[in-house]
Amino acid sequence: MKIYKSAIFDKIIEKAFLAVGMTSIFVLLLIMLFLFREGLPLFGSVSLPDFLLGREWYPVSGHQRFGVLPLIAASVSVTLLASAIAVPFSLSIAVYLSELAGRRTREIIKPAIEIIASVPSVVIGFFGMVVVAPFLQSQFGIDTGLNLFNAAVMLAFMAIPTISSISEDAVSSVPVSLKEASYALGANRWQTIYRITLPAALSGIWTSIILGISRVIGETMVVLMVAGGATTMPTSLFSPVRPLTSNIAAEMAETGVGSVHYHALFAIGIILFIITFIFNMAADYLSDRYKFKER
Amino acid sequence: MKPRIYGEKQLKRRKRADLAERIMFVMLRLSSFTVIFFLVFMLAYIFKSGISAISWEFITEAPRDQMTAGGILPAIIGTLLLMAGSSVISVPAGIITAIYLTEYARSRRVVRVIRMGISNLAGVPSVVFGLFGLSLFVVFLDFGTSIAAGSLTLGILNLPVIIRATEEALATVPGSYREASLSLGATRWQTIYRIVLPAALPGILTGAMLSLGRAAGETAPVMFTAAVFYSPDLPSSVFDEIMTLPYHIYVLATAGTKIEATRHLQYGTAIILIMLVLLLNLSGIIIRFRFRRR
Repeated sequence: MKIYKSAIFDKIIEKAFLAVGMTSIFVLLLIMLFLFREGLPLFGSVSLPDFLLGREWYPVSGHQRFGVLPLIAASVSVTLLASAIAVPFSLSIAVYLSELAGRRTREIIKPAIEIIASVPSVVIGFFGMVVVAPFLQSQFGIDTGLNLFNAAVMLAFMAIPTISSISEDAVSSVPVSLKEASYALGANRWQTIYRITLPAALSGIWTSIILGISRVIGETMVVLMVAGGATTMPTSLFSPVRPLTSNIAAEMAETGVGSVHYHALFAIGIILFIITFIFNMAADYLSDRYKFKER
Repeated sequence: MKPRIYGEKQLKRRKRADLAERIMFVMLRLSSFTVIFFLVFMLAYIFKSGISAISWEFITEAPRDQMTAGGILPAIIGTLLLMAGSSVISVPAGIITAIYLTEYARSRRVVRVIRMGISNLAGVPSVVFGLFGLSLFVVFLDFGTSIAAGSLTLGILNLPVIIRATEEALATVPGSYREASLSLGATRWQTIYRIVLPAALPGILTGAMLSLGRAAGETAPVMFTAAVFYSPDLPSSVFDEIMTLPYHIYVLATAGTKIEATRHLQYGTAIILIMLVLLLNLSGIIIRFRFRRR
């Protein structure tokens, strides 16, 4: 009798846990629902092409304009530059940790990289503002140190832990037999890394880069504090810009709930959601393929 | 016919390859250390510039004179409350989801769908969580800018962190433990509760610590849902608005009229926030380390 009871209890737990396990899906759907509910009404007053391709963003003037092209251009340029900086550093760390570093060094560098991941973004933004910006301003003789380049450097720093840790996993999961075969043919260590190990780990490395980029696109505080905030198209490396995320954060406080401006900020949220959704699906798809099968 | 020997040409090639190896290894090492150096420099600079602001009064008093003097107690309390509130939501739901995925789920389809949900949730930008929290909790459910709305938003944001850490921890428990328990007639729940969870506990705790650290440092999701520039009184209910450490740094550094005059307070607040996050991470690392030793 007692055994019977606990078996029923087990079934109940299973069903209850399934229900809780669905929370993530449920929340994801709720997020979509509320973004669209608050974002779509914008298109009653602004057409979709005007929104996506408009070059002017004047949310509060008498003659309001909601063109997000400069903001998209800002996000894209900051993200590309940040990735261009972050990827070489991250891959160096990944290869160094998995192929070169001794145990002692590993045990110092790995936690240090984890610490970078845990430093709050507002602190990194603050540092970019009060230390890096004045430095850039005096070094390059520019009007303001708060610009595209500064934001990209700080974002790259933030993306390094994501990219390096995932690609380190990929690099160290390459079977030893592949490397041994390469050494046996007379290749030295660098030739083996460059010709054998890295190509074998490539889809894992791509996964890490895509996830890193996705994080950079979505990062808010750093670009809010460091990118300069001008809603014009970027024209040079040192243009002050305003990426999508920082625009939401900067303007949400000063807008009334239910206004056109409010809906426009949610519509920007929809853009961000869709972009990161695509990137994550791509990363998911790639990461399923890179695992080496045991033979 | 000429015999093939290891000739001049091959030797030259070999030397070139070895030189390339040496140069590349130096580069790899240099760029790794550059990143670490940047981290150390950043932390050291912030500590050096802000240490003079740190005092007993700084962490036990409220701001005075339009936030140009005094302490940051309300911001510390607010951050601690948000950490607690968010983990009330994320920790149980995250652990249960992970248990379901690793211990119960048999349908591959269900697992794949849930996993997809989790990884997409993890990728949603924090500012979008802020929008979501604003529209659902603050406006639609009418919680107002409050601890409740901020905790719910951060709790959801942290869900994937807890799920992943717990899943990893559960995966390290050997299958033989489960088999032994099941073969003694225990049900799956009894096995999980008595055998698997205790063995996985350190890993789960590490994940919880990491998520607390993240809750403490997040700014964007909190600035629409819970945080205000300044609130003179400590909160008395979950529907009160609060100050938080990261938002305090942001406001002082960008929005005040006396940005330069309050620089030391900004550095000081940054130190407190970094210390809080590092302390949480460090305890996570220590728990994991002691676990590995055994």
